Amino acid sequence: MGRGGEQRMVPRAEPRSYYGEPVLNGPVWKVPDVPAYLFLGGVAAGSSLLAAGADLTGRAVLGRRTKVAALAAIGGSAVALVHDLGRPSRFLNMLRTFKPTSPMSMGSWILAAYGPVAGAAAASSVTGLAPGAGRAATAGAAALAPALATYTAVLLADTAVPAWHEAHRELPFVFAGSGAAAASGLAVLLAPGEAEPARRLAAVAWLVEAVAVERMERRLGPLARSYGSGRAGRWMRAGKVLAPVGVTAVQAGRRRRGVGAAGGLALLAASLCTRFGVFEAGRASAADPAQTVGPQRARLPEPDAPATHPGPQVHDRDAPG
Amino acid sequence: MTATQPRVGFFTDTSVCIGCKACEVACKEWNQVPDDGFRFTGYSYDNTVGLGADTWRHVAFIEQTAPSGDLRWLMASDVCKHCTEAACLDVCPTGSLFRTELGTVVVQEDVCNGCGYCIPACPFGVIDQRKGDGRAWKCTLCYDRTSAGQEPACAQACPTDSIQFGPLDELRERAARRVEVLHERGVTDARLYGESPDDGVGGAGAFFLLLDDAEVYGLPPDPVVPTRRLGAMWRRAAVAGVAMVAAAAASFLGGG
Repeated sequence: MGRGGEQRMVPRAEPRSYYGEPVLNGPVWKVPDVPAYLFLGGVAAGSSLLAAGADLTGRAVLGRRTKVAALAAIGGSAVALVHDLGRPSRFLNMLRTFKPTSPMSMGSWILAAYGPVAGAAAASSVTGLAPGAGRAATAGAAALAPALATYTAVLLADTAVPAWHEAHRELPFVFAGSGAAAASGLAVLLAPGEAEPARRLAAVAWLVEAVAVERMERRLGPLARSYGSGRAGRWMRAGKVLAPVGVTAVQAGRRRRGVGAAGGLALLAASLCTRFGVFEAGRASAADPAQTVGPQRARLPEPDAPATHPGPQVHDRDAPG
Repeated sequence: MTATQPRVGFFTDTSVCIGCKACEVACKEWNQVPDDGFRFTGYSYDNTVGLGADTWRHVAFIEQTAPSGDLRWLMASDVCKHCTEAACLDVCPTGSLFRTELGTVVVQEDVCNGCGYCIPACPFGVIDQRKGDGRAWKCTLCYDRTSAGQEPACAQACPTDSIQFGPLDELRERAARRVEVLHERGVTDARLYGESPDDGVGGAGAFFLLLDDAEVYGLPPDPVVPTRRLGAMWRRAAVAGVAMVAAAAASFLGGG
C-alpha cells in the first residue's frame, strides 16, 4: 500500500492485505532471552554427548569439563527461559500438565529430566563421589541430549509463523548441527589436549547444519526472504562465515592452542548467530502479511471468472497519508 | 448445564455491519479490558488495528473505489474464532487454555504463566500478551454470560444483528440462507468464512459472512492449525537427534 491514489489495472503481484498490517500476532519472546535459551540448550546437549564419549574412551579431562559445561549451559538456558516468562514466579506451572500436543510442555519435561542428571554427572565428576551414579547420570544426560537439542526446532515450527512452520523438515537438523558444533568448539577451548573427537564432530556438525540451512532456504522459496534480509540475514550470514572459519581453526590449532581456542570461540559464536538469525527470521516473517497470505492464497482455487461478478469491479483505495 | 449442551458461537454478518463499534465498547465494558492505546492510524475509522490482548472485538474499515469512482465501504467486526482445532489450546504448556462445556476456548488467567507460545501459534493473530501484565488474553465468548444462559456483550450490543450468537448448527443454517438471499439480490461477492468443518482449523466457532477476500479484512485466506503437522515434526526431530548421537559416537572412533 502507500502508493498514492493510483488504481491498479493489472493483477496484484503482492497479496492483498489490511493496510499492510500483519495477519499474525508475532512472537513476543524476548531477545536475547529466547535465542540464548536455544543456543545454550544446544551447547548443553552437545556437551553431554561428548562427555559420555569421553567417559567411554577414558578421556578424563574432556569428560569432566564437558559435564561442567553442560550443567552451566543448561542452567543458563533455564534462567533465560524463566526470565522470558510474562509471569516468572509461575514457571512451575509448566509442570502442571504433561501435554504431547505442546512442544513447550514436552520441552519443560525434557529440561526437568535433563537438568538434574546433568547436575549429578557434573557433581560426581568434580567431587569424585558416587562414581557409579555419576556414570549412570552421564549416560542419562547423553540419552536425553538429542531430545534437548532438537525439541526447540519443533517448538518454533509448531507455530503459524510461515518461515518457521514451513521449515519444519530442516530446522531439527539445523539445531542439532548447531548445538553439536558449538559444544565441540567449547570442548576444544576447555580440553584441547583431549579434544580430537570434538574436532571431528565440529566438522561433521557444521556440514550437517550448512546443508540443512541450504536446503531450508531453497525449499522455502519466497519465504526464505526472512532468513536472507534485514537483521536475520545479517545474523545468518555471520553464522555461515564463522562456522567454517571455526572448523578450520580447530583443525589447524592442534599444536597452536591460541588458534584452536579462537576456532572454538568462532564455533560458539556461529551457533549463537544462527539461533539469533532463525529467531529474527520468524519475527520478520510474522510481521509480513504477504508471507501469511501469499502461500495460502496460492493453494486455494482461483476465484470465479469476473463474468459471474456483475457488480462493479472494486479496487482497494490506498491508505490515506 | 450438561454434556449434551450444544456448541455455541458467533455468526458475524458483515453485510449489515454499520461500523458503530458498539461491540468493541460493550466488550471492553463487560470484560473490563484495559485501553489499547490512543494511536491515530489513518486507516479510515479504525484506530485499534487488529485483535490483541486488549482488543477482543475489532471493527475493520475498508474503503474501496470502483473505476467509476463509486465508493464501497466494508466494515467487519472480527473476534476470536474459537476454533474446533485450536492451536493456542494445543500448544499451551500449563493447561491455562481450555475448552469449555460450550465448545469455546478460554484462558484461565490464574494459571497462565506468560510463556507466550499461544501467540505465534494462532493462525488468525488473535491472542496476545498484555504489556505490564505478561499473561495472554483474548475473547472468552463472554464465558461468564454464556455459561449463565445469556448472550455475549458484543452480540447484545450490536444494533443491526450483524453479530449473532447461538448454537453453532443453527447459525450455520442461518448463514447459508443469508448467502442465498444476498446472491439472489445480486450481491455475488457474499461468501462465508470459517463456517466449514472441513477447513484447516476444523471449522471456526465464530464465522463470518464477507463481501471480499478474507485477506482484505486482515484474515488469513486458508488458515491451518500448525499442530496438524506435529507428528511429522517430531519424527524429523527424532531423525535429527539420532543423527546427532551417531555423529558424536563416530567422532570417538579413531585415535587422537
